[in-house]
Amino acid sequence: MGGQRNDEGLSSGPPEGVRMKANGFYEEVIVAGFGGQGIILAGRLLAQTAMKAGKEVTYMPAYGPEMRGGTANSMVVIADEPIASPLVSKPNSLIGMNEASVNKFAPRVKGGGLVIMNSSLIDSEPEVEETTDVLAVPADEIAVELGSQKCANMVAMGAYLQKRGLFGADSAAACLADVLAARYHKTLPMNSEALRRGAEFAKTHS
Amino acid sequence: MCGNEALAEAAIIAGVDAYFGYPITPQNEITAYMSRRMPEEGRVFVQCESELAAINMVFGASATGKRSMTTSSSPGISLMQEGLSYLAGAELPAVVVNVMRGGPGLGNIAPAQGDYFQATRGGGHGDYRTITLGPSSVQELVDCMGLAFDLADEYRMPVIILADGILGQMMEPVVLNGEKRWPKREPPAKDWALTGASGRKQNIVRSLWLKEGVLEELNNKLHRRYKQIEKNEVICEQYEVDYAEIVVVAYGVAARIVRGAVTRAREQGIKVGWIRPITLWPFPTEQISKAAEELKVFLVVEMSLGQMVEDVKLAVAGKAPVLFFGRAGGAVPTVEQVLETIRQLTIPEKR
Repeated sequence: MGGQRNDEGLSSGPPEGVRMKANGFYEEVIVAGFGGQGIILAGRLLAQTAMKAGKEVTYMPAYGPEMRGGTANSMVVIADEPIASPLVSKPNSLIGMNEASVNKFAPRVKGGGLVIMNSSLIDSEPEVEETTDVLAVPADEIAVELGSQKCANMVAMGAYLQKRGLFGADSAAACLADVLAARYHKTLPMNSEALRRGAEFAKTHS
Repeated sequence: MCGNEALAEAAIIAGVDAYFGYPITPQNEITAYMSRRMPEEGRVFVQCESELAAINMVFGASATGKRSMTTSSSPGISLMQEGLSYLAGAELPAVVVNVMRGGPGLGNIAPAQGDYFQATRGGGHGDYRTITLGPSSVQELVDCMGLAFDLADEYRMPVIILADGILGQMMEPVVLNGEKRWPKREPPAKDWALTGASGRKQNIVRSLWLKEGVLEELNNKLHRRYKQIEKNEVICEQYEVDYAEIVVVAYGVAARIVRGAVTRAREQGIKVGWIRPITLWPFPTEQISKAAEELKVFLVVEMSLGQMVEDVKLAVAGKAPVLFFGRAGGAVPTVEQVLETIRQLTIPEKR
């Protein structure tokens, strides 16, 4: 063979139907929304919860130009084995907090995947594979009921945890103090409650 | 704690006395972290006016025998090359972290591995080398920090840690002060340091040697040291190389992706293993040369359009085919792309 070098990179994608992993789970999550919605915090909470549960985990925030123009996202990979790439191109799960991020990432979610979308801010139906499970959570409305729109991220995370079943909302709540700066610790009860309410919503709306 | 912060704390644990930095994405968390932690520890932190200032302050601090370091990202590291050459010429230890981003020029701020040549070939002018470490996880970034300071002191030369934007920005579980992966070395006495000459002969630290023959003597001395480093300090990891038909060589973040792709390829019955250099200079030439004896196919994967592949070819020395797959400009190969490349390799091979 004369050489495999391809200056454009390989454009062909992976062969269809190749399973990501034969053994164990390999969960790739994108949390996305706009700046100020606590996207980074939600991703870090998930990573911290996974770490405390003894899983392999990586967390990667968007730090590049994609952060500008109002969208923020963080990528979390949780597995039973050492993690290859912390970058997620085709997630198993998406937590989409605004319309732009759902439009961008929902089409990339793998078949059989999960989309949690914040229906308080999103009217349209996401474009997903037929086998993907979509749960519309009125996260902002539930958050406002709890005292602040700011905990909508935790409502959505609670719904994700309930649907995915990897970790309980309680285990995530127990990690809140690790990821929230001390000056926000007065919001711990509200955020814990938001996680619980999100989980409860997912349980009753599946 | 992201990779940048973890490596900063690891430097503090490794006993860095002075940190000099100038901001540049994607390594700003290091400077920010050090600005808080170094004063807490009663050590020196300076936010410099430029990268040139930073590397020359490293020179100054190092000349006094203190452990000193700086960090930057690709364009900033280019600005430091003069200083690195002077450090090499003056035989001063220093640790420099390059959290690589896309280039050339100002490029972008996405992760890349385009500075391999610069790091492993010396980078600045003159006949010198820098030890270069290429960690592939946040834990290894931390482990490399202690090793880098030990190697710098032992061989009196700059050591570069070649990370990239992913390692700097990502978080993963890490043990900061656990058992040392590479045992701590006893630092040699720094009897050359400028500590005030009262009661002893004066020490001079310089890199200018005009008298005939003197510089060549220094060059030869450095060369002997480099040979000794090549003999004693190579670190690399191998996986299933003995039973493989294909060996994938990669370092840093690219090596994680390769590991994922190799695991999947093996599930599909392809006989493939990997070699991961941790020291990029000294390069694991012997290990790769040995693997090449058995007529394997080599695939090199990099986040560049081909730099380390040249060292692999030198090591293989024509004994086996060496192929390449890379993405550049801040693009990162995916597990699927590397897997597909491996699958394509196996089809036409009939040996």
